Amino acid sequence: MEIDPFIFRLSIFILSIFVGYYVVWSVTPSLHTPLMSVTNAISSVIIVGAIIASLSGISNNIFEVSNIFGFLAIILAAVNIFGGFLVTQRMLQMYKKKKKK
Amino acid sequence: MISPNLSAIFYLISGILFILALRGLSSPETSRQGNYFGMAGMTIAILVTFLSIGNFSSSLIYVILLLLIGGSVGAFIAFRIPMTAMPELVAGFHSLVGLAAVFVAISAFLKPEIFNLGSVGNIKIASLIEMSLGAAIGAITFTGSIIAFLKLRGIMSGNPITFFGQHYFNLILGSSLVVLIFYLCKIQSDSLFWLIIIISFLLGVLLIIPIGGADMPVVISMLNSYSGWAAAGIGFTLENTALIITGALVGSSGAILSYIMCKGMNRSFFNVILGGFGGTDQSSFSKNKEQKPVKNGNADDAAFLMKNASSVIIVPGYGMAVAQAQHALREMVDTLKKNGVKVSYAIHPVAGRMPGHMNVLLAEANVPYDEVFELEEINNDFANCDVAYVIGANDVTNPIAKSDPQSPIYGMPILDVEKAKSVLFVKRSLSPGYAGIDNDLFYRDNTLMLFADAKKMTEDIIKSI
Repeated sequence: MEIDPFIFRLSIFILSIFVGYYVVWSVTPSLHTPLMSVTNAISSVIIVGAIIASLSGISNNIFEVSNIFGFLAIILAAVNIFGGFLVTQRMLQMYKKKKKK
Repeated sequence: MISPNLSAIFYLISGILFILALRGLSSPETSRQGNYFGMAGMTIAILVTFLSIGNFSSSLIYVILLLLIGGSVGAFIAFRIPMTAMPELVAGFHSLVGLAAVFVAISAFLKPEIFNLGSVGNIKIASLIEMSLGAAIGAITFTGSIIAFLKLRGIMSGNPITFFGQHYFNLILGSSLVVLIFYLCKIQSDSLFWLIIIISFLLGVLLIIPIGGADMPVVISMLNSYSGWAAAGIGFTLENTALIITGALVGSSGAILSYIMCKGMNRSFFNVILGGFGGTDQSSFSKNKEQKPVKNGNADDAAFLMKNASSVIIVPGYGMAVAQAQHALREMVDTLKKNGVKVSYAIHPVAGRMPGHMNVLLAEANVPYDEVFELEEINNDFANCDVAYVIGANDVTNPIAKSDPQSPIYGMPILDVEKAKSVLFVKRSLSPGYAGIDNDLFYRDNTLMLFADAKKMTEDIIKSI
């Protein structure tokens, strides 16, 4: 019997939790706020689903209900992607070391 | 149009880039590069999605237009937001991820064939479970974050809102979700799906309203985690590796942050989630307050003490953020340094309204990050320091956490401010802190209370130095 592809995805998921666990513990506490804003930005990769919802399929009428929800999700995720990455960038630029005299 | 295998490889690459983005945050030097990795990962994911759909009709223009509209709104917010408003910004962003997850789940439910999930009324059981979980968690994240946002913004009172049987009611709502998802798999009815979403919206509100303002660091981290699990749920539905990896990363990141925050308060996660903490019992405190004398000082006294000290440790708290005193504080420290005083900063894990909140504010005021220390790194230094300058912090310095097992904050790690030769406490009044307990430190012989707005007092001290 073949292995269900779901099991492969589950494996990726569980291994990623472990990767996340170790990577996040090594984040320095002073960068916890940028950590939150950047995780916010990357979780908006959900935009992938939104794009599929709005573009996929043979749709003569792109204003079907499912497309509309896709469009709305694109806007929301885009706010988050740009907002999240840029505000993280802005914060990280402020972290400076002591100037050597 | 690219093949599904090739696009899967690209999604994997963007997942790896996201891991590197988080990895970069292990030190401020590598963090900026890490953020670029994150942006690259996102760009790859979006481009590959366009290519794999291969729909280059006019609707593509709409999509790109929407992307740009959302993007410019996001960029505008990112550049305009003041650093003190970071907690509410992050809460607001979480709500958007949550709602986006709900929307994607809805459109997958309405049109399963475009996601290869079967057809309407005949969706694969596994996909149904995944998408309803994604939608439910997304909906909880959405309304929960909105409540957190309102509380942080001060639009809604930070006081816990509780009512009789609240936890049982939440429990019933939670279990009804499980039952509904079970029946949804059986009969695949639209109305059940909508009901799941509506109940989840309600549950999100009810879960966050009993949690008080100063517990927001835990709440934000928790919602961060939820937004990750929602993304992972959708990732399973769409069979998309980038989403699954990201969801797992974000989910575990938020969970770890919640754990760190709970530990910083010596409270269990459930204790925080069940809420109702910090209901200040004003009457019992007003009585004994008048009996104990406090030493009341002014800016000149404080300036004199600090100018003649050889080392000063600054303990910032939420009050500093409220008063926007970080710039004045840095100026004061600069003046002190010119007088040959050694100055460092001590940050408690739960100072402020979100993890790392104080660090960002100090960084904004151009405080070099190698002068800023975490609790474990600096706690032993208080015994050797001449002056501790507590600005806007309270509970995190309360020695009662070490001595009185009856106290609600007993066992919470605190900054050993009382060991310093003298303590300067900038505070607007003698009112107890968030935990609702009196701070013994106010009445000690070596404590000088400076009753004023944090920013105003700091500016006055600069003048007198």
